[in-house]
Amino acid sequence: MTTLTLAGTEADPRRRLKVLASQEALLAIAVIGLAIAVGLYNPRFLAARNLSDVLLGNAYIAVAAVGMSMVIVSGNIDISVGALIGVLATISGTLAVNGAPIVVAWLAALVAGVLVMALQGAIIAYLRIPAIVVTLGMLSILKGGLISVTGGKWITDLPDSFHLADIELFGVLPFPVFLMILVTILAALWMRYSASGRAIYAVGGNAEAARLCGISQPRTIVMVFALHGFFAGAAALLYATQLRVIQSTVPPNLELTIITASVVGGVSILGGVGTVIGSTLAAVLIAEIASALVFIDVSPYWIRAVQGVLILVTVIADILRRRRMAGA
Amino acid sequence: MSEIPLPQTAKRVVPWWLLRHETMLAVILLLALIVLGGLNSRFLTLDNLLNQGRLTTEVGLIALPMTFIIITGGIDLSVGSIVGLCAILLGYSWKNFGFPLPLAICFSLLVGAAAGLLNGIVITRVKVPPLIMTIATLALYRGLAEGISQARSVRGYPEWFYFIGQENLFGVPAQLWLLLIAIVVSAIVLDRTTFGRTLYAIGNNETAARFSGLPVDRVKLIIYTLSGLMAGLSACVLVSRVTTTRSDMGIGYELDVIAAVVLGGTSIFGGVGTIWGTVVGLAMIQLLKNGLALTGVKGDATIVVIGAVLILSTLVASSLQRRRDGV
Repeated sequence: MTTLTLAGTEADPRRRLKVLASQEALLAIAVIGLAIAVGLYNPRFLAARNLSDVLLGNAYIAVAAVGMSMVIVSGNIDISVGALIGVLATISGTLAVNGAPIVVAWLAALVAGVLVMALQGAIIAYLRIPAIVVTLGMLSILKGGLISVTGGKWITDLPDSFHLADIELFGVLPFPVFLMILVTILAALWMRYSASGRAIYAVGGNAEAARLCGISQPRTIVMVFALHGFFAGAAALLYATQLRVIQSTVPPNLELTIITASVVGGVSILGGVGTVIGSTLAAVLIAEIASALVFIDVSPYWIRAVQGVLILVTVIADILRRRRMAGA
Repeated sequence: MSEIPLPQTAKRVVPWWLLRHETMLAVILLLALIVLGGLNSRFLTLDNLLNQGRLTTEVGLIALPMTFIIITGGIDLSVGSIVGLCAILLGYSWKNFGFPLPLAICFSLLVGAAAGLLNGIVITRVKVPPLIMTIATLALYRGLAEGISQARSVRGYPEWFYFIGQENLFGVPAQLWLLLIAIVVSAIVLDRTTFGRTLYAIGNNETAARFSGLPVDRVKLIIYTLSGLMAGLSACVLVSRVTTTRSDMGIGYELDVIAAVVLGGTSIFGGVGTIWGTVVGLAMIQLLKNGLALTGVKGDATIVVIGAVLILSTLVASSLQRRRDGV
């Protein structure tokens, strides 16, 4: 009897919201606390220029992490997204340099992103191949394809109007930061309040129960991957337009940074739980840590190890917390 | 699932053993050998084939314990990073701690085993899914390699160290002996021991295996530790072959290893697989690389092919499986 009621409270949305709120509050405190601590050690860290660089340069990771969070909530994983962002950035940049209308160059990244990810989603959902196999294979197809097509050459001489990331709204708000906030809020609302958004949690939480409720699991998974592809396209545009050149290679280990942001943001790797507000805060935190290392005179080569520890600690904490809540 | 199984009278057009994954793969392998040999006269020479064996050893050593792990329904994505970490620690402990090289080799093997053991402990004790645990340590171990090395490489090892990576023993590349021994031992363990049967039992139904009193957690701990140890060994062979250590060593190994294992007929869902399949899978992957290289395809394009092979072979295997189950 006790186990039954406890299991019931775990599914109670209010209770779940409280737990998630605490993860997000924790992250917000960590973001601010770290800024103060590092600022005390080295005040230059808090210079407006540095803080805005940190946000600007990493907004694309937060945008991609929104899609990744949906994928993980649905009970899947995607390790091809880093390579895909590299490919989409190159597609967009190549079109822009070769005189395609800028809007077409931008749209191409979004459309190609949706197509590639929807294809992967379909293979995973309808042919029932594990996501890790499909996305590992796709990672190498995209990575190898990109380098062999471009030969690793950089794209330069991009038209000025191509640089989406340069736009400042109302003269103050940089477009990448605006997009990061907008995407996060819209996705959070959609996942929380719309039927199709709730379906993602249902499929990730208990696929069989979701099926009995009339939710098509394959269709939901394809939808999630298609959306993930759209966000990857948006992330690729921010990535491609923030510098004057596009390095036509895959940014190394980008997928790991994106997965770290999602997991540390409180998206449970067991599926069914998590919000994109957490993942965006986590993306900001990771970028902040990377920048802080420089200001406290630690070699930035340690950043990947810090990321690894962060994922490990969050995942273990998540599982222990679930076990405690289940009353085991 | 609700369909009634086909009655016995349903005609089998092809004998069952021809449909076995390993047999089909061996036939494809032979065809590939003949075609590649016809296309390029340099291909079917003993020198070239032995050299390909040399190149496949590093991936092969890791593919053997990976076969064990995938048979249990697990996966280890951190192997490439463990190779990087062990390679760096081999060079670092030799150069910076002043360890004698044999001690440095033991140290790096020990670190590999410890890295695998950490994976195993968290997977069995905390019940973190292997996929997630090893993604986390994929980042962690590579991060440690980058942090410790600070992107500096170590070279200038004593001459004797290059034996295992570059010399021949009885006319065969030295490291190939290592791989052959490992293959025979793994095959015997998987096929002829209780330990091996336990792996299949875990992969088929972990709960049932647990209730049958099988030491599920201990077995898992052993195979993840073994995976780390073999990645360490692979790192030593790799350093000996290329004569330098860099923190980006072993990047992408998990792809080659998993592709070889899955191509060799080990089911990604667990419960099915053989060492012989993995060996044929390894040969296929290496021949693919070599054949493409000889026909002028660059290294980056070959990973496109390997990625496609990984997805397609899983597709074929799972549809064959479904047909066998009568769905």
